[in-house]
Amino acid sequence: MISDEQIELLLNDVLELYGYDFTNYTKASIKRRINRILAVDRFPSFAELRYRLRNDKTYLNRFVEAISVNVTEMFRDPQFFRILKEKVLPHLATYPYIRIWHAGCSTGEEVYSMAILLKEANLLHKSLLYATDINQEVLEKARQGVFSLSNMKQYSENYILSGGIKAFSDYYITTNGHVKFNEELRRKIIFAMHNLVSDRSFNEFQLILCRNVLIYFDKHLQDRAIGLFDESLETLGYLALGAKETLRFAPIEKNYKQIDGKEKIWRKMK
Amino acid sequence: MAQDEIKKVFVIGGSSGSFDVLLYLLARLQPLDAAAIVIVLHRKSGYDTALIEVFSYRTGITVKEVDEKEPMLPGFIYVAPANYHLLIEKDYTFSLDVSERINYSRPSIDVCFETAAEAFGQKLFGILLSGSNIDGTHGLETIRQFGGTTIVQNPQTAESPFMPQQAINNGAADYVLEPEGIARFINGE
Ligand SMILES: C[S@@+](CC[C@H](N)C(=O)[O-])C[C@H]1O[C@@H](n2cnc3c(N)ncnc32)[C@H](O)[C@@H]1O
Repeated sequence: MISDEQIELLLNDVLELYGYDFTNYTKASIKRRINRILAVDRFPSFAELRYRLRNDKTYLNRFVEAISVNVTEMFRDPQFFRILKEKVLPHLATYPYIRIWHAGCSTGEEVYSMAILLKEANLLHKSLLYATDINQEVLEKARQGVFSLSNMKQYSENYILSGGIKAFSDYYITTNGHVKFNEELRRKIIFAMHNLVSDRSFNEFQLILCRNVLIYFDKHLQDRAIGLFDESLETLGYLALGAKETLRFAPIEKNYKQIDGKEKIWRKMK
Repeated sequence: MAQDEIKKVFVIGGSSGSFDVLLYLLARLQPLDAAAIVIVLHRKSGYDTALIEVFSYRTGITVKEVDEKEPMLPGFIYVAPANYHLLIEKDYTFSLDVSERINYSRPSIDVCFETAAEAFGQKLFGILLSGSNIDGTHGLETIRQFGGTTIVQNPQTAESPFMPQQAINNGAADYVLEPEGIARFINGE
């Protein structure tokens, strides 16, 4: 098993050589990921992983990919999407142009879900969705909009639980065990690299979603990311976090109001 | 600091057939004083705050679902939220993780036990209850490796004996106890 000191060494290497800063990620989770890399990529020792990472630039992508947790689904937490539809979209509808940011979008399931909601509310034509992540690999997958057919049963159940009334299968075409989501949805999404640890605000939005990303950050990093969202959100805009994440304890909390007792959606009041 | 105040931590893992055992244990617990309890229970549904209410009804001890980054304090019973792995950091805070299921489970008992083992060492007591999964065995082994103590529910008293039996077969159990014995053990009787 690898020690805390070794992890520190490795993360410092990655920061110094490549500029990716994982040093403020939660320790237990990072450790599990690195142990997993050692096993999956069959490194006989920690020293060999470190050597490879220091001397093979191409291995960095693999490392970033393996260290980040990319598990996601469409209409994850269906009730969350129901509240978005019922309480948030009616306000967004009043804008001539809607800008939404999915920070930490992973392979895109969440942003395609959002595009479907907007389409059904007849808002997609005047919306633009920015979907960002630090992981090049997942962004490429998201851009393709191709997902495994075997997941569609569960996604379709989630969709219905979220209040969806159409036939979910109308949104994609199936070939060889895969589905491709309609071009119409994808056309409104811009996929781009963006690192919440080191990059800056790049636009103003009426809705920002960052779900199941902050759980991997320590308090200090969480506050930084939340500050970035605050900077990037218009007054009266909405910020949505994951089911177990909160704005409570964040310095900017006083300017925000949670719009639902249960779902993690806040409105920026000033 | 909370680190010094906590003298003992009990991590309890259960799968199918463990719910009733947990209710039985909760009803028999004495106040925890300098100890804390963490429960990792496999379950189906996503939203079940009802679980906390059901547990709370059985005991005077405060039962709460873990919030991420929450520091662990003595005197509390913490429950892992559904759909997240529960990890324990060396500074005795909790963190959550949505990574792949382990042993078909999220939360996985192994994940929680393994991180707890490193954080608490000898202060840790791992308890594995009924279930029909292989989850927990590796976690118990890790707990022993870091100096902690392991207790496994006697499979003969378990609705689903496979999980505790698996731990025993792998030599991961310091004690094999029936539910009453487990309650006494936690109470230090
Ligand atoms: C568990 S996924 C969440 C996906 C989706 N939002 C959901 O809730 O289903 C976490 C994502 O955050 C990304 N991530 C981790 N650190 C990041 C950072 N510093 N900046 C941007 N994205 C990051 C990971 O690459 C991963 O794709």
